[in-house]
Formats: sequence, structure tokens, C-alpha cells
Amino acid sequence: MNSKLKILYNGIVTENPTFVLMLGMCPTLGTTGSAMTGMSMGLATMGVLICSNVVISLIKNLIPAKVRIPAYIVVIATFVSVLQLVMEAYLPALNTLLGIFIPLIVVNCILLGRAEAFASRHGVVDSCLDGIGIGLGFTIALTILGAVREILGTGKIFGAEIFPETYGSLIFVLAPGAFIALGLLIALFTKIRGAKC
Amino acid sequence: MKSSLLNMVLSLGIITIVAAALLAGVYSLTEQPIKAAALNKQIEAISAVTPEFNNDPVAEAIEITPEGESTPLKVFPAKKDGQLVGAAVESYSLAGFSGEIRLIYGFDSNGNITGYEVMSHAETPGLGAKMDEWFRSPEGSRNVIGLNPATANMTVKKDGGDIDAITAATITSRAFLDALTRASKAYVKLQEQNK
Repeated sequence: MNSKLKILYNGIVTENPTFVLMLGMCPTLGTTGSAMTGMSMGLATMGVLICSNVVISLIKNLIPAKVRIPAYIVVIATFVSVLQLVMEAYLPALNTLLGIFIPLIVVNCILLGRAEAFASRHGVVDSCLDGIGIGLGFTIALTILGAVREILGTGKIFGAEIFPETYGSLIFVLAPGAFIALGLLIALFTKIRGAKC
Repeated sequence: MKSSLLNMVLSLGIITIVAAALLAGVYSLTEQPIKAAALNKQIEAISAVTPEFNNDPVAEAIEITPEGESTPLKVFPAKKDGQLVGAAVESYSLAGFSGEIRLIYGFDSNGNITGYEVMSHAETPGLGAKMDEWFRSPEGSRNVIGLNPATANMTVKKDGGDIDAITAATITSRAFLDALTRASKAYVKLQEQNK
């Protein structure tokens, strides 16, 4: 396989941040009450991840090894703050919906993990692709988890009704349902991937 | 790169300065839109709950402390051709299931409830969070719109009142009515002031 495509495939399947690396579990469990919020959170994280990966791969040779982590965190935090200001200004409804989880992207281990494990060792183009791949992997995982929880909990998907809400099981909208659904989805994903573990 | 005190200080210093400059730029660009978005949300909520008006309720907003309370509420008077036709009252309740609930209620000149909007809350999704639709639903005695807090008993049926509580979220329902009563008291005071 083409090496560029391989980076993308790696992010979405082989090293899917949610189902394989199991990083960033806090927003994964916290924002997937519906498919829409899960997808928005995934896209927001992807935006920050692409920017931080690109910038870090650009400045990687200028940062002394001992202060690389604080430097990466400053880069990530800057992009998160920019994202939050922009969302507050132009997407206020979405901003209210995701609430505290947007500023919390700063401490999402996916971002620092990719900065340290990938962007600080690869070129700009590869780092950008890695950001897109991992970001898509995260977005897809959160959207699937959100959709499963929304269907089982409220009978809707992206707000469109499939069956009446009365037949939904409320537990899937609440925190315990997040753990149950995530556990089953990880098992399913591992089975499909055919991984031996 | 090998670390020395000088290059560590320099590189971190430069990164933080660039980051600060970038943030300052974005902040100044988004400052106006953020204010406009917040104002827009408020105006939308006010027009959704009050009778038709042609003044600027946000500019004419006043603070009124309801009878027996210490915190003033923000009241947005709705006027048509200078005549008070109703008002929107931004109220709150601390009696909810998790944290403060902020709502905006509308009243007409007779003191009847004309509408409400939930501004912010942290109630349980699927239970207390249903208050957004529950209290305007025509089913049973859920609906509060059109009622007059002066004549109706604005408590849940469990407490001897007229209103159906949200299934499995009586605490949220009590908080909703608590905020409503508070808003209505402030509105009565506004009407007295305008006599």
C-alpha cells in the first residue's frame, strides 16, 4: 500500500484512537449522548489535532528535548483556545452543547500522544495526514458510539425518530450506558479487525 | 536538540509570545460576534415568550427584587406603542437536581404565562432535561402556558398543586415551578410600579 494512504489507514483502523489505542476516553464517554454531539466533538478534536501536528512537525528541530512537552502543550492549548473562541462566536448552540469538553481537548492524550509519537519524528505532510487519519478514526468512533447510544436510549438517530422514545432504554443516554456500549463496540471492532490478543 | 538553559528559555519564550499574539488576534476578531451571539440568544428567547412588542426590551431591562428575596431578577419589559403589554423575566432556581437552572418566563398584561425558555441547566438527560417540552405539552395538566400564577396553584400535584410533574423528575419539576413563582413575583412588582 502507498505509504501516505497507509498513514491514513493506520489512524482510522490499525491504531484507531478509541477502539485500539483507547486514548481520550473522557470525551468519548462524556459527549456521545447523541450521534450529533459525538460527531461534533470528533471534528473539533480533529481540527486541533491537524493544526498541532503540522505546527509541531515544523518546529520540532527548534525545541530542546527537555522542554518539548511544555512546548507541545502550549501549541495544543493555543489551538484549542482559538477553536473555542471561534465556536462561541459562530456556533454558540454547539458550544453550549459540548460545554466543558472543548477546553478539555487540551488534556486529551490523543493530541499529546500524536505530537510525541508521530509529529516530532515525521515531516509536515506525513504529520498532517496522521492528524487527518487519527482525527477521522476518533470522529468515526464517536459518531458510531453516539448513534448506538441515541438509538437504544431515545429511539432516534441524528434527531430523526426510528421508534417512539417510550421504548428506549434511558440507561444508554446516561453514563453507565456509555461504558456498556463502548465495551461492546470495542469487542466488535477487535473481532472485525481479526486481532489476536 | 541538546538542551541548555539559554535555548530552553529562548524557545519556550518565543513559542509563548507567538501563542499569546495569535490568541490576542483571534480574541479581538471574535469579541464582537461573541457578544452579538449572546445578545441574539437573549432577544430570541424574549421574543419567543412575550406578547408582540415594538420597543427594545434589552435596553429597557430593569432589575427587580421579588417579595421576600434578596437577589434581583432581570426583567425585560415588552411595550407596544409605549404601553406595557407584558414582560420577560430571567429567573433561576437552585432547587434542581444538579446545579442552577436558568429560565426565562414571559407574562402578558393580565399576569398570564405566555411562554418560557430554558437558558441553561445541568439536569439529567432524558428525565429532568425534558422540562423544555413538558410544561408546554397539552397532555394532562402539564401545560403552564396560559395559566395565571395569581389564581392557579403553581406546585406539583404531589405537593397539592395543579401541575403534573415530569415522570421520574419531580425535583426538577419543583425547581421549574420555583423559578416560575420567583419570576411571577418580580412581574407583579413591575406591574405595580407601572400603575
